[in-house]
Order: sequence, then C-alpha cells, then structure tokens
Amino acid sequence: MKRVLMRGNEAIAEAAIRSGLKCYFCYPITPQGELVEYMARELPKRGGVFLQAESEVAAINMVYGAAAAGVRTMTSSSSPGISLKQEGISYIAMARLPCVIVNMMRGGPGLGNIAPAQGDYFQATKGGGHGDYRLIVLAPSSVPEAAELVGLAFDLSDRYRVPAMILADGMIGQMMEPVALPEPVDPAEIPPRPWAVTGAKGRPKNVISSFDLEPEGLRRMNLVLQETYREIERNEVRWEEVETEDAELLLVAYGTMGRIAKTVVRLAREEGLPVGLLRPITLWPFPYGPIRALAERVKAVLTVELSAGQMWEDVRLAVEGRTETPFYGELGGVVPSPGRILEEVRRYVR
Amino acid sequence: MSVELAIPRGYTRVFSRPAALSEAGFTYCPGCHHGIITRLVAEAIDELGILERTVGIAPVGCAVFLDRFFNCDFVQAAHGRACAVATGIKRARPDLVVFTYQGDGDLAAIGTAETVHAANRGENITVIFVNNGIYGMTGGEMAPTTLPGQRTVTTPRGREPRSHGYPLKISEMLAQLDGPAYITRQAVFDYPHIVKAKRAILKAFRNQLEGKGFSLVEILSTCPTNWRMSPVEAGRWVAEEVSRFYPLGDLKDTG
Ligand SMILES: Cc1ncc(C[n+]2csc(CCOP(=O)(O)OP(=O)(O)O)c2C)c(N)n1
Ligand code: SF4
Ligand SMILES: [Mg+2]
Repeated sequence: MKRVLMRGNEAIAEAAIRSGLKCYFCYPITPQGELVEYMARELPKRGGVFLQAESEVAAINMVYGAAAAGVRTMTSSSSPGISLKQEGISYIAMARLPCVIVNMMRGGPGLGNIAPAQGDYFQATKGGGHGDYRLIVLAPSSVPEAAELVGLAFDLSDRYRVPAMILADGMIGQMMEPVALPEPVDPAEIPPRPWAVTGAKGRPKNVISSFDLEPEGLRRMNLVLQETYREIERNEVRWEEVETEDAELLLVAYGTMGRIAKTVVRLAREEGLPVGLLRPITLWPFPYGPIRALAERVKAVLTVELSAGQMWEDVRLAVEGRTETPFYGELGGVVPSPGRILEEVRRYVR
Repeated sequence: MSVELAIPRGYTRVFSRPAALSEAGFTYCPGCHHGIITRLVAEAIDELGILERTVGIAPVGCAVFLDRFFNCDFVQAAHGRACAVATGIKRARPDLVVFTYQGDGDLAAIGTAETVHAANRGENITVIFVNNGIYGMTGGEMAPTTLPGQRTVTTPRGREPRSHGYPLKISEMLAQLDGPAYITRQAVFDYPHIVKAKRAILKAFRNQLEGKGFSLVEILSTCPTNWRMSPVEAGRWVAEEVSRFYPLGDLKDTG
C-alpha cells in the first residue's frame, strides 16, 4: 500500500474523512491545530460540513445534533476544551448517539501547557461528565496507528451507539511518520440509522432524548447502557504485547509512553534484562484480563505514565495483589527519556 | 391519530386538535401561555404542511416535554444548547425544517452564546422564544428578563438592577446583528395578539423554507403559578406592564 508522510493530526483528519465523516465541529486549541486546519481545507471539498463553533460547548452540541440527524460526525480538542465538552458528551452517551471525539491531551490541570501529558485518563475512561456512562477510548502510539484507530472508532461507535474517543497527545499529533491511509469507506457500508431524526415520513416519530422523569424509565435506559458496556468489555479489548513470554518485569504504558516503553524494552533486552511490555490500545474497555494473566508469572508490573498514576489504578485493579505494582510517572508535560525509565527498570530486575 | 367525535347533522366543526399535536396532554399549568404558544406552533406546522420533515428541539424548562406533545421528530437538548443542536441537525440535513422552542433562562442566560452565534451565522432555523420573565420549571427564580422590582424567589424584595443586573433585551441585541433575517416580539394575552403571533410564527417558518436564515419569534408569556397570579391577572400584567418594558412588534425584518 502507498505510504505518505503525515503529521498525526493530519492523518487523523484524513482518516476521518475517508471513514465517511459528514460533519466536523471545532474550536481552536493547541496541540491539535493542524487537525482543524486540515478539516477546514479538505472536508468541504469532499462534500462534508466544516464549522468553527463559538466554543467547545457549542461544538459538542452541534455534534449531538448532527449525530441525532444520523450522519458520521466528529469534534476534536485538547484537555481544557474537552472539559467543556463533558456536559454534551454525557447527553450524547445517554441519548445513545455515535460520534468520535479526539482529545490531544496537554499538561494540566487548568490552562496547564501544551506539552504531552496523560492527565485526562480518568476523565476519558471513567465517564468524565455526570452520570453512569462510558466512552470507547482508543490510545494510538504512532501516526499510522492513529489513522487506523480513527476508522475503528467510527465503526465501534456505530455498532454500539456509544461515543468513541481517540486519546492521544501533542507528541502523536505533531510528529510525522509514514502512513498507509485506509481506502475511503463506501457510504453503503455505513450502518443505517433507523432511529435518527430525518423527518417522520411514513414511520412513527423518532425522539432523541436523555430524559425520563420516571425513575423506572430512567433505570431502564441506564440498564441498556450497562448491557452495552458489558458487551463491549467482552468483545473489544485491544492491546499489544512486546517480549512478554519470558518477562520478569512487565511494563504497562499507553500512547506516547507506550512508544517510549518499547524502546525501553529493547534497551533492557540488550542489557539482558527480562523486561516485557503490555500496551493497552483500548483504555476502555481496559485489558484487565491480559494484565492479570501476566501478573501471575512476572515479579513486578511497572506502570509508566505521564500522570500521577491514573491508569496505575486500573493496573492495580487488574493485578489484585498477585505481584508488586510499582509506578513511575512524570507531570506537567515532562517526557522522560528511555534512559530515565531504564534506571527505574533496573530497580526491579537484574 | 386522534379520535374525532362525530359531528351531528347541522353542526360544523370549529375547533379540533392540530394534526401536528399528539394526544398527550400538555403538562403546563392551567392558564399558562406556554399552552397557547405550543398550539400556535403546531397550527403553523399544519398550515405549511411540513410535519413530515420537521424536527423540533425541546429545551430544559417547562417545555421539556415538548417532544411528547408533537407528532414530528424531536431532539431534547441540554439547558441552553438548543441553537447549537439545531445548527448540527440543519447542517447535516438542510432539507429538514428545524425549530427550537426555548424559555428565557434557556435562551437568554445559560444559552446566550449559542443563541447569539447561531443568529450571527444566520443559521437557517426557526427559534420560538418564550419570555415569561422567570424560571418557571425550577420554582420561580429570577430570569435575565425579570422586570425591575419584580419579586421572585431569588429576588424576594424585588429585582434591584444595580445588584441583580438589568433585564436583558435579547431580541433588541440580536436585531443589531447582520446575521438574522427576522426578529420579532409578540404576545398572546388576547385574541388579536394571538392572531399576530401566529402570523409571525408562520413567517419565521416560511423564512426557513425560503432559505432566508435565522428567524426568532419572542413571545411574552405568563407564569401564573410563580407570579402568584390568576391566569387573568397574569395576562393583564403582560398587557399593561411587561409589554411596556418589552415593546411588541418587529425588531428586524430583511423582507
Ligand atoms: C445545566 C443546568 N443548569 C440548571 C438546570 C436547572 N433548570 C431547569 S429548567 C431551568 C430554568 C428554566 O427557565 P426558562 O428557560 O425560563 O423556562 P421556563 O420554565 O420559564 O419556561 C433551570 C435553571 C438544568 N436543568 N441544567
Ligand atoms: S410553572 Fe409557570 S411557566 Fe411553567 S407551566 Fe406552570 S405557569 Fe407555565
Ligand atoms: Mg422562563
């Protein structure tokens, strides 16, 4: 397949367009500016709608409207903007509308900075807004993988009627790598949406809502969500393992850190250290089972993150005391070198 | 579909439920003008024959159950976000007729940004703005539109503009923008005004059908329950007090 050199942000935009994206709504924020620019330039040419909204609040509510109208729709932002979208995402989740949300995480809390960070893990994987809901969260660790996961995000979101998030950071967004872009999706292959608001002609009216004043009714709506989530947990857990067969120390890292951890595994192996890596690709559903299985045979599971230990909580839930679960994290947009992590690794294996 | 009673010979039917309305009873308090306004919207949809391609956006407020009242497709929006949701629907499917129906808290407080920017973009949608000067649904708190001196549960000694802010004349603000096609203020406290309000609603929908862009019909409404007035007193208060502060008539009409 032909490969082209692209930035992560551009590859995500192009992959989304090829996935049949019809409506894209945004509000500018670094480090995902190239994604917005690419969409502004390309999407209208290819029959889609590009609209710069007055805020992230408006943008996500436009996504809600477009998704309700039954088209493939997407928004992208970075941490502070994603915080503003949480109200809308909660409504979208309960109304069971498919859509894709891209979060190019940056350092936080507050205005933070624009450097790579992973401090939005809780927000992305535990709901984020109010109520009991989940997003399908996909974490690419390279530009080609980002492009690939965009198509998957649209497909999974359509299949389960659950919003999907691409969770990456400015490192993935701004680095350039060769990408084999997917073939454009045949519109006929996009699943039909009989529930969408398209005008009640020759059918009963459709209503898109997240509301039921009656507790029994709202309970039923919640149970539908929960059943869907259990199904996703059974079918859609994705992860990558590197050199885990004989590993005595298991690294767990995702996204940018997952990529750096791969280098760490190589360097460790060169020193003869039995180190492996499990890189979650779906952060929700989280690969609890695969981590648990490896925890049975390794001496320690070291979580490495660009946060104070958000994914670490899930790793510990997976391990459930079967082995040691140390943690190494960096904060504020500081990205540790492979050498720095290797020092950490040497504390647990010889 | 509704079951129509047989009309005895020699009689003619003079009143029936618009086809756009379902059989679900309104949840508004007795005598509240929301009921009149909702019915006028339904009549307009009937007269234009657009029921099968109309999508309504229900707000958060006393009209939150709007999707039950109508026979067309509906989307329930978050508080204040109706104009953004309408934008998303209309941009995705320009052939649909999209309208929002919003209270004054919804449209002019929490949703000010979404309203102003949809108007400024000239989104080709129809907005029905029900201004009753109060937060009806949550129990009668001050709204951005509450009159000076008006008592509410959060202004128990009356609205004091210097600390509570001045009533927001949002329609006048919107009329200053280049984007909107039609901004008008109407009322429904008596029959002649109901007829005029209906005409304005029809025009706001026709503008959309003709691709003219953003049209907003503000309608001065009542909240007898939280104003602590009878429906008759409430109607008189709109006629005598509210419409003096918020003058009726067209504020912008690009023709
Ligand atoms: C984000 C959010 N904040 C607050 C509320 C509570 N709330 C429900 S209705 C309402 C005010 C409604 O007033 P208005 O828009 O004037 O409509 P009315 O009931 O008067 O028709 C408020 C504050 C909410 N549902 N969501
Ligand atoms: S609370 Fe007020 S605005 Fe709401 S339905 Fe009752 S009278 Fe009407
Ligand atoms: Mg009100």
